[in-house]
Amino acid sequence: MSKLLEIDGLSVALTIPTGRLHAVRDVSITLERGEALGIVGESGSGKSMSALALMRLLPGRAEATGSLRFDGADLGAVSDEAFSRQYLGHRIAMIFQEPMTSLNPVYTIGRQLSEAAVIFGGKSQREAEARALFLLERVGIPDPVARLSQYPHQLSGGQRQRVMIALALMLEPELLIADEPTTALDVTVQAQILDLLRDLRREMGMAMILITHDLAVVAEQTDRVAVMYGGEMIEEGRAEAVMADPAHPYTRALLGAIPRMDGAPRRLGAIPGTVPSLTSRPKGCVFAPRCDFARPECVEGRPPVRGGADHSRRCVLSDAERPAAMAAAPLRADHVAAAQVEAVIEARDITQVFTSRKGMFGARHTIHAVDGVSLSLMRGETLALVGESGSGKSTLARIMLGLNLPTSGTVTMLGKPVADLAPLERAALVQPVFQDPYSSLNPRRTLAEIIARPLVLRGEDDADACAQKAREAMEMVRLPARLLHSYPSQLSGGQRQRVAIARALVTRPQALVCDEPTSALDVSVQAQVLNLLGDLQAELGLSCLVITHDMAVVHQVADRVAVMLNGQLVEEGSCAQVLGSPSSDYTARLLAAAPQFRPEWQAAPAAEGHV
Amino acid sequence: MTQSTTLNAEVKTAATEEAAPFTPRQLMRRRALSHTGFLVGAGLIAALALIALFAPLIAPHDPFVQSLSSRMLPPVWDDAGTWDHILGTDQNGRDYLSRLIYGARVSISIGLGAASIGLLLGVSLGVVAGYFGGWVDHGVSFLLTAQLALPGLLLAMALVFIIGPSIWVVIGIIGVLHWTYYLVVTRSATQRIRSLDFVAAAAASGATPRQIIWHEIVPNLIPQIIVIFTFELGIAILAEASLSFLGVGIQPPTPSWGLMIAEGKQAMFYRPWLVVLPGMCLFTLVIGANLLGDGLRDITAPEGRS
Repeated sequence: MSKLLEIDGLSVALTIPTGRLHAVRDVSITLERGEALGIVGESGSGKSMSALALMRLLPGRAEATGSLRFDGADLGAVSDEAFSRQYLGHRIAMIFQEPMTSLNPVYTIGRQLSEAAVIFGGKSQREAEARALFLLERVGIPDPVARLSQYPHQLSGGQRQRVMIALALMLEPELLIADEPTTALDVTVQAQILDLLRDLRREMGMAMILITHDLAVVAEQTDRVAVMYGGEMIEEGRAEAVMADPAHPYTRALLGAIPRMDGAPRRLGAIPGTVPSLTSRPKGCVFAPRCDFARPECVEGRPPVRGGADHSRRCVLSDAERPAAMAAAPLRADHVAAAQVEAVIEARDITQVFTSRKGMFGARHTIHAVDGVSLSLMRGETLALVGESGSGKSTLARIMLGLNLPTSGTVTMLGKPVADLAPLERAALVQPVFQDPYSSLNPRRTLAEIIARPLVLRGEDDADACAQKAREAMEMVRLPARLLHSYPSQLSGGQRQRVAIARALVTRPQALVCDEPTSALDVSVQAQVLNLLGDLQAELGLSCLVITHDMAVVHQVADRVAVMLNGQLVEEGSCAQVLGSPSSDYTARLLAAAPQFRPEWQAAPAAEGHV
Repeated sequence: MTQSTTLNAEVKTAATEEAAPFTPRQLMRRRALSHTGFLVGAGLIAALALIALFAPLIAPHDPFVQSLSSRMLPPVWDDAGTWDHILGTDQNGRDYLSRLIYGARVSISIGLGAASIGLLLGVSLGVVAGYFGGWVDHGVSFLLTAQLALPGLLLAMALVFIIGPSIWVVIGIIGVLHWTYYLVVTRSATQRIRSLDFVAAAAASGATPRQIIWHEIVPNLIPQIIVIFTFELGIAILAEASLSFLGVGIQPPTPSWGLMIAEGKQAMFYRPWLVVLPGMCLFTLVIGANLLGDGLRDITAPEGRS
C-alpha cells in the first residue's frame, strides 16, 4: 500500500520587490496513514509555506515546483477545481493559527459547520447538522445545540479554535494540517487543545502535520519530527530520536537555546548571527555561516543526507565526527540572588477599574482589571509576574511604570510616591521593554535617533555626547555601531528588541519593566535576549520586573515569582518555592500545562503521564 | 572547550550582525521608479508647474491685450487659423494659448494654497482628536459632521458673494471648506499610532504630549498627508473652476480656466475650442494630481497594495 503523503523535492519561490525569495528548497516528506509529523522551525524557515503549497493556498506571486503524491495519486495532475472538490476538506483539512479571524463573523457557527458538508460533501442538511452537533460535543464545547445558532464573537478564543477543529473534521479527512494551532492561545488552553487533537487523531485514525515553532509541543505530540531551517529540511526522524540525540548542529543549538524547567537554570546556548536572507540560493549548507562546526566543504556544495529512515540529517559531519552533547555553560558567576531588602518600586493596594459605556448614553460597565494588588520590586532582583491573557498583568505593569495612575492605591519609587514625581524623574528610575519589537521602535527614525531620544528629552543637547552614549548602549546590547544609521525596518525582530533594550538602558535606570520581552521572538533569539538581560542585570545591578506567561522563562530568569489571576495576586514567593511546590491550584495548573521536555523522555518515549 | 565555544559565539555575534541592505527611502525610490502611474502623474504635474512658473517666458503674447480686429480666430489646425495665434483668440481677441498658460498659474496657486489651508486645519484637528480622544474627539467629530452636512459649493458661492471675489478670498474659502478628508485619515492614523509601544516608550522617557505628537506621531503621518494633499489639490482646482464658471470665483480679465469655459459657453456650438481647450487643460492637471496621489499611496504604503 502506498504512503498517505509523499512530497518530493518541493520548492516554493516568491517574487518580492527586491528580487526572488526562495522560501522552500527541495523539501521531501513522507507520511504514513495515522502518523503525526511535526514540522519545526523558526520564523522564515519555510514551514508554513510547505503546508500552504500542499493545500494550494500559496499567494499569487508564489510558484511551487516538485512532486506531491497523496494516497498514490499525483496531485500535480489534478486541476484546481477537482482538487477543491475531491481533496480539500474530504481528504485534507487545515486549521490555522488565528482563531479570531478564521471564522466568518456574520454567519452562525451551525451554518459555517454544515455549509461545506452540504454543498461539497453530499450530506443532507439534517446529516450535516447531526455531524456538527456530534463534533461540537466531541471537541468539548458546552451546550452544543445552543452554540449552533451563535455567532463567532460569542465564543472565547479557545472555543473558536475548537470550532475550527470541528469544522476541519466535518468530512472526516485522512490528513489534518495544523499550522501553529495553539500559538495565539493561553498555556492552559493550549494544553487542552493539543490533547484534544491527539485524542481525535487516534480515534479517527487520521494523519496529522503539526507545524509549530515550539519544540516542546512537538516532542509531546508527534511521532516524527522534521526540522526546517532557511527553507530546507535539515533533519528528520522519529521524535524521540531527534529530541534525545539531535544530529544536525542547528537542531542541537536550537535545543540548547530553549529554557528548560528541569535542573538549575543554565546559560542558554545562543545561535550567533541572524537567519539568512533567502533571496539567493547558497551553494553549500544553508546553516554554514552560523555553524560552530563549519568546514570548507560546507560552503562548497550541498551536504549529503546521512543516516537512515529513522533519523536522517543533511550535514557533512559523519556519526563519528558529531560533537558530543554541548555541556551547558552555567549562568554567570556574578549572578547572585538579591539579598537587599530595599524596594525600588513598591505598589500598595492597587485597584484599576475600567469603565466603558455603550454609546454616549448607554449603561456604565465596569471591569476590575487589577483588584487590590500589592507588589514590591526589590533592588537587584528579577521578579516574574505570571498570568494568562486578561489577568491584568500588563495593566499592573503600566501602573508600576508610572504611565497610568491607578483608580486607588499608591505606587512609590525609591520611597517617593509616583504621583509626585515629574515624568523625567520617573524616567530616570524605571524604563520599559515591550513585547512587540515591531511596534516599539518608531519606523521613521534611525537607530541613533531612537536610542538617543531619552537623552534629548532629558535636556542633553550635546550631539556628540549623545552619539557616544548611543554607541555605548549599542555595544551593551551586542550590536555593532555601524547599524546606528539603519532604520528599524532593516532589522530582524531580535535585533529590534535589543535596540529597545538599548534605548531603555541609555539613561541608566534603576529598574526595567519588561512586558513579555521574548514572547514575539523565536527560541534562538529569545535565548540571545534572555542571556543579554541576565548579563546586563549583573553588570548594572538592575532590578527587573518581567511579565510573562511562559513558565520556562520564569524558571530561567526569576528570583521571585508572583502569579496573577483575574486581577488578583494568587501566589507570591521565591522561584524555587513557587515552581517546586505551588500553593495555589492555579499555579499548579499553569505548571502542568506548560509543554516541557521530560528528563525521563528517553526511558519512556510514549510519555503517557500527561496531565 | 565549553568556554572557548561560548567565547567564539559572542565574537561571532557581533561580526555576523547584519541589517537589510536597503533603507526605507531607497526601497521607496525603487518602487517609485517602477510605478508607471506615478511617473506619468509626476511628469504632468511637473510640466504644468514649470509652464506656470515660466509663463512670461513661454507665452507668445500678452494675455490681457485685446484686439477687436482678430476676435475668435480659430486654432492653427483650422483652415482659417494662423501661426501667429496657435490656439486662436477669444471673444475679445486675446491670444488663447497665452491665456491658457497664465491660467495654469491661477489654477496651480489656488490648488496649492487651498490644499495647504485644508491641510493645516484638518491635520491639526485630526491629530489632536486622535491623540487626546474623549471630549476633544467628540467635539472634533461634531465639527466634522456639521461640515459634511453643509452644501459645499453653495456655501462657497455665498461666502465669496458676501466677502467679495479675489484670488485670496477664493483660496481661503476653498481651503476652509476642504479639511474633512485630512481630518478623517489623520484622526484614525493617530489613534492607531498612539496605541503603539514606541509612543508608550516615549511617555516612559518623560516626553510631553507635545513632544510625542511632533517627534513620534507626525513623522509617521507624512506619507498619508502627502497623498491626501495631491487629491485635495485636484479637488481644489476643480472647485475654483466651478466658482469661476459660476461667476463668483476669479474675476475677468484674469485668465482662469473655469472662467474661460464660462466665457466661451455662448459660442460653444460654432467655436467649440473655446470650451474644449481649457477643459482639456483642467482635465490634464487634475488627472495628473490624481495619478500622482494614487502612485504615492502605492509607493508609501506597499503593504496596502493587492
